[in-house]
Amino acid sequence: MSSFLDRLLNREPKSAQLAKERLKLVLVHDRTDLTSQSLNELKDELIQVVSQHVEIDSKAVRVEMQQDGRIQRLIADIPLRTGNRRKRIR
Amino acid sequence: MAGTVVTITSGKGGVGKTTATANIGAALAAEGQSVVCIDADIGLRNLDVVMGLENRIVYDLVDIIEGRCRVRQAMIRDKRLPMLHLIPAAQTRDKSAVSPSDMVRLCDDLRQEHRWILVDSPAGIERGFRNALAPADTVLVVTNPEVSAVRDADRIIGLIEAEEKGPARLVINRIRPDMVKRGDMLTVDDIVELLAIDLIGLIPDDEEIMMGANRGTPIALNGKSKAGQAFRNVSTRLQGEDIPYLDLYANDNIFGRLSRFIRSGGE
Repeated sequence: MSSFLDRLLNREPKSAQLAKERLKLVLVHDRTDLTSQSLNELKDELIQVVSQHVEIDSKAVRVEMQQDGRIQRLIADIPLRTGNRRKRIR
Repeated sequence: MAGTVVTITSGKGGVGKTTATANIGAALAAEGQSVVCIDADIGLRNLDVVMGLENRIVYDLVDIIEGRCRVRQAMIRDKRLPMLHLIPAAQTRDKSAVSPSDMVRLCDDLRQEHRWILVDSPAGIERGFRNALAPADTVLVVTNPEVSAVRDADRIIGLIEAEEKGPARLVINRIRPDMVKRGDMLTVDDIVELLAIDLIGLIPDDEEIMMGANRGTPIALNGKSKAGQAFRNVSTRLQGEDIPYLDLYANDNIFGRLSRFIRSGGE
């Protein structure tokens, strides 16, 4: 998170902040052996499988890794198309 | 006596494992507890010079394992701290001379007579690390605020968990409060959040560390050094006492504190 004043003055982020953001991404991939490319492939396959059963809004699908302590979670957010009544499942 | 085996490791080299081993060992021994430090870095012996015991080596770890001497004969007692002992690494052999089960057997033997067995692990994730990890009851992971060291620490923490030797505890070494303050060094909170393990030590960057190693005298025995105090605190926490962390900004004036407050947006 950049500090309040930095955002206000539109300053460059500090190097420590960059380090933290870069490490966050690197550690997720180190821990799971999943590159962003294979995550994209997984997302495409997921869309394909789910669409066989239910109509989904494939452009709005989000698949991402989340860190919870030392546990990594794969979070898929797949909005369904159900006529007028739109539902979201997690 | 049922001693505790503490393995000190890091993944990346040069982050301060050997310094941490020497200083935590000295701090425990200064409290009158019997300590054996084992240099498990075979082929790259170093703990002996940092502890100032290099001139007294006759036998080494591999001599014990291969039965050329008894454990007592290879163990060097520090004359300044009679409760502190060192088993040096072999310099002319490689890591394959020792197996994880050799280390377990040796440490089980040492446990009978000593309260603490500190194992200084080599860098890397290969055989030498496996040897150092095998006998551990507790593992300390040393890192510093560099991206490479934090990344390697994360890898090592994962391997420790996989071997069911976790949860490891973290020592963050070489913290420079001035750089943290201006946003050019990862904060302790950042590192703990990224690695998601419990802390056991925060060691400020301190010239006294190198001076102590130059002399072969662990700075944990130096009352004035801040890093020395930080290592004494690690030894207290190892013994199960929950004490507060050093205030690394202690010499800070009101202006420094104020500017930090403003920069944080008053949070």
